[in-house]
Amino acid sequence: MAKGTVVFDIENCKGCELCIEACPQDSLELSPRINAQGYHYVVLVKDNCTGCTNCALVCPDAVITVYREKKKTRVPVARISGVTQNITVTIDEEGKPS
Amino acid sequence: MGQDVVDAALEQMECVYARPDTLTDTRFHYCPGCGHSVVHRVIMEVVQEAGIREQTIGVAPVGCSVFAYNYMDVDMQEAAHGRASAVATGIKRVLPDRFVFSYQGDGDLAAIGTAETIHTCNRGENILMVFVNNAIYGMTGGQMAPTTLLGMKTSTSPAGRTVETAGFPLKITEMVAMLPGTYYVTRQSVHTPNAVRQLKKAITKSFQYQKERKGTCFIEVVSNCPSGWKMTPVQSNAWLVENMFPLYPPGDIKAPK
Ligand SMILES: Cc1ncc(C[n+]2csc(CCOP(=O)(O)OP(=O)(O)O)c2C)c(N)n1
Ligand code: SF4
Ligand code: SF4
Ligand code: SF4
Repeated sequence: MAKGTVVFDIENCKGCELCIEACPQDSLELSPRINAQGYHYVVLVKDNCTGCTNCALVCPDAVITVYREKKKTRVPVARISGVTQNITVTIDEEGKPS
Repeated sequence: MGQDVVDAALEQMECVYARPDTLTDTRFHYCPGCGHSVVHRVIMEVVQEAGIREQTIGVAPVGCSVFAYNYMDVDMQEAAHGRASAVATGIKRVLPDRFVFSYQGDGDLAAIGTAETIHTCNRGENILMVFVNNAIYGMTGGQMAPTTLLGMKTSTSPAGRTVETAGFPLKITEMVAMLPGTYYVTRQSVHTPNAVRQLKKAITKSFQYQKERKGTCFIEVVSNCPSGWKMTPVQSNAWLVENMFPLYPPGDIKAPK
């Protein structure tokens, strides 16, 4: 699963808990601390966020920014062509055909 | 974790969701968990993504969303209570190349503004009407609205709404769908991430239809009022599914083929 993270504008969070409810990974909790408005704000408490954006979509105060790991571009390690029979190709750890 | 560590970690990542620039930085005045600001945000996401910020004009109502113009960073006009669709009509007729939308609560659109609502839809005005139905007058202290459910307790129906004294909940969205002037009539909600995604699609389609001059697009959003309903936001969304959806089921009521 993709790896993601979320950043909160904690001063504008109202502690409504709708993001906590919407998170499929159970990654969010209310902080025991309060912000200047007097609300307990939300914090990311687990390292399992997938960057699915669910929390941000339901946040009434639009205080959540979501990041997701960039997709790794895959570089081919070998090209095989003109095969007429079954062959075996093994690739070593560095990705070089061996 | 130091800020530099966080910055370095974020550099490996791409931003997949951020508050749209079409919202001002002003903190919403709504109660915690209120659906109004989700609806504001989704309209503004569509405006941003469609690149129509300079061509969009919104009309704000009287009700909790009376300050909608403080948040939606497009040209906005305030209307007298219930009259948003009449004001939007005037704007659209004078400036037909603009994308015009009205934004109203149920007290505004379905009580004091019933005549304007019906006649705007019947004339097929080429605007988008966004109707936030929380089954209550939020702003004034949780009084009964035409959309209040039977048996629902409000400050003016403390024992619950009865048919004998207040009649039936008004399904105004089904009513306007019957009028030939409406082109696209749908009922949406914002209580889950998927519902928010669906609402966004409906708003995007509505602006496209407005561009094609198809007639009135009408989107009801079944929403919550945690304060008026005297519930936590999470409870209010569960209550909405259980009690509002049976009478106000989400989905398209009139959709072009
Ligand atoms: C002409 C006039 N009549 C009555 C009022 C009082 N009033 C203000 S908001 C409101 C109803 C708001 O309810 P709704 O449209 O459902 O919006 P909500 O606050 O629930 O979002 C009323 C009756 C007013 N401001 N102006
Ligand atoms: S992005 Fe998804 S997984 Fe991450 S905190 Fe938000 S809801 Fe949870
Ligand atoms: S949904 Fe938004 S405002 Fe509500 S608790 Fe989560 S971050 Fe805070
Ligand atoms: S009173 Fe109800 S509709 Fe108004 S801001 Fe509060 S929760 Fe929202």
